[in-house]
Amino acid sequence: MKKTRRDFLKTAAVGGALMIAPLSASAQQEIKADDEAVGMFYDSTLCVGCKACVSKCKQVNDMAAAPMPGDSDRVWDAPEDLDYRTRNIIKLYKDEKDPEKHAYVKYQCMHCIKPSCVSACPVSAMQKEKGTGIVFYDKNICIGCRYCQVACPFNIPKFEWPETFPKIVKCDLCKFTNLKLKNIPACCEVCPTNAVIYGKRKDLLAEAKRRQAENPGKYEKHIYGEFEVGGTNVIYLAGTDFSNLGFPELESESAALMSEHVQHTVYKGFIAPVALYGFLAFVALRNRKSAEEVAHEHETEHELAVEIEQELKKEKEEKEGKH
Amino acid sequence: MAGHHDEYQVHRAKILTPAFYVLLFFTVLGFLLIAYRFVMGIGAVSNLSDGYPWGIWIAYDVATSTAFACGGYAMALVIYIMNRMKYHPLIRSALVTSMFGYMLAGMSVMVDVGRYWNAYSFFIPSRWQPNSVMFEVAVCIMAYNVVLIIEVLPAILERFIHMKNDKFPKIKHYAMIIYPKLDKVLIFIVVLGITLPSMHQSSLGSMLIIAKSKLNPIWHTEMLPLLFIINALYIGYATVIFESFASSMAFRRPFEKEVQQLSKIIPYVTGIWLAVRFIDLYIRGQLSAAFAGDFYSWMFMAEMLLILTGTYILMWNQYRRSPRMVFIAAMFLLIGGGWFRFNVYLIGFKPHGNWSYFPSLPEFFITVGLVAFEILGYMLLVKLFPIMPKVHGEHGAEAAKAH
Repeated sequence: MKKTRRDFLKTAAVGGALMIAPLSASAQQEIKADDEAVGMFYDSTLCVGCKACVSKCKQVNDMAAAPMPGDSDRVWDAPEDLDYRTRNIIKLYKDEKDPEKHAYVKYQCMHCIKPSCVSACPVSAMQKEKGTGIVFYDKNICIGCRYCQVACPFNIPKFEWPETFPKIVKCDLCKFTNLKLKNIPACCEVCPTNAVIYGKRKDLLAEAKRRQAENPGKYEKHIYGEFEVGGTNVIYLAGTDFSNLGFPELESESAALMSEHVQHTVYKGFIAPVALYGFLAFVALRNRKSAEEVAHEHETEHELAVEIEQELKKEKEEKEGKH
Repeated sequence: MAGHHDEYQVHRAKILTPAFYVLLFFTVLGFLLIAYRFVMGIGAVSNLSDGYPWGIWIAYDVATSTAFACGGYAMALVIYIMNRMKYHPLIRSALVTSMFGYMLAGMSVMVDVGRYWNAYSFFIPSRWQPNSVMFEVAVCIMAYNVVLIIEVLPAILERFIHMKNDKFPKIKHYAMIIYPKLDKVLIFIVVLGITLPSMHQSSLGSMLIIAKSKLNPIWHTEMLPLLFIINALYIGYATVIFESFASSMAFRRPFEKEVQQLSKIIPYVTGIWLAVRFIDLYIRGQLSAAFAGDFYSWMFMAEMLLILTGTYILMWNQYRRSPRMVFIAAMFLLIGGGWFRFNVYLIGFKPHGNWSYFPSLPEFFITVGLVAFEILGYMLLVKLFPIMPKVHGEHGAEAAKAH
């Protein structure tokens, strides 16, 4: 499948087509999670805010500390938010009127089923792994255009702003580290209360629904990530409204699909641009022909031709004279 | 095309003027800041953040400046497709403006991208990502830069062919060989020069479709590609007017008559654009939001007011007869059209959370430096090569004899 697509692109390039943005019929299919897709399930009501997941994530993924502004030692890791040093963070929401009411929340990449960052990336540096659905990043391909940051509805990809040679940083479910070694992302491995668990998306979704059914009134009805932007592989349960936990309110339609639809409508099979070129060339040539019929045009054209001929002749003679 | 070479003239004037030094100062300042950015990183010179990863380098230098550089595109469309050969004398200066405008976009992108050394990824087919709007825009703009250089090339070659003293005999020799060959195929390059901007100017609009949750619904629509391409056209015509007026002031040339005639086209183009804009807002039910009176609504109304005023002026014959009014109308359309693009790329863009953006001084002066460099290049080129339309009348005849 991949080979034929590549072949097509090569042929198209050889054929003189300079712009290619068509094909891949698969992109226009309905969004549906793969049965094998893996993700995480975070239950806000179980989280005790110990941040073991934050420190373990930093440890296994070799991330730098994010010291507090006033910290003179510059060693104490106290990240305020997700950034180029922090892929995963725990935050606390407190109700202003009722201090008893509080809830922790964990942020990291949502691993969308139809990720906007992957759709946006011009050079395939953001990719979605087949089967598992893990959205990961390849710094060796990335040009650093930051379109992934513009596209992501959750503001997840982070850029190393202070670096001379920066890269994008985001959670990849420990694809190259903990998941590879121990078959579980670091945050899920160390969570003492199992507030965040790792598994196949369909199992996690079933578990979330089971908890809702067994504990009526405990949870919000909304499972965040079930339908947002076409569904995400990381899903959430909480005892409070998700807007309190800082989550954006998103449509169930994927903007990535919308963008691809517009793009494919215009560029499908590269027919429209080629047709446009052909049409314009036809009109321009016809116009030129009629313009050439104007005598004046002929004269000047002829003049220049004669002039060039004479100059070339003179040059040749000079050369021969030298010999 | 051959046969038109006598339509243009070298603008004989001093190169080292005070304006030259002012522009040179800003160019040097800009390039020093760019050097600093490459050593210390993007964060050291800009106010860009993870919430606003794109600032003025993209919103102005790429998205807006390439529209200002659509003069060559808009003129080629009128001359070669709509067959209005009388405008032909205007094409070269329009093309040179376009060439520098797109060069500015290309240079800004290389300043803006973080991992510029990986830019060769665009030439590796296995990395191509045809779903990406950015991919289309990037490859298309690169190709168009090459097309613009080829389109400007005849002016350069003619200069060497007509050189009386043999200062560069080798170049003259090759110029004489290349010129007729280039002339034969140039029409196909010209047509490519109409096709490519049609593609990437619309895609510049498509670029923000994917950021649906962040872009204000007054501007987020699937019609963005259509709005951007029409917008590029009227900005293109307005640029030709602006450029002709500015050079007639700066270079003390008469204001070209063709330009005034050209201004007649503009109300039709803006009319279509306004119709698409309002019908789209109406269908998506955003008209009330557009006139709600909040910050975004005011930004929308400013955009509309500028474009409507420019259009209104050019609808009347008595205004079109006055070069001053034509110029003022063109300014309204340039600012209004650019405003629309800024609204889409920056002002209407609001990511979830507490983010804000205003360009830092170094960031701003990098853009200023690149624009100064662009104007500098234009001024230099028109004084060295036959690019400006030939001035008719006695003065023009003298100027023509001079070379």
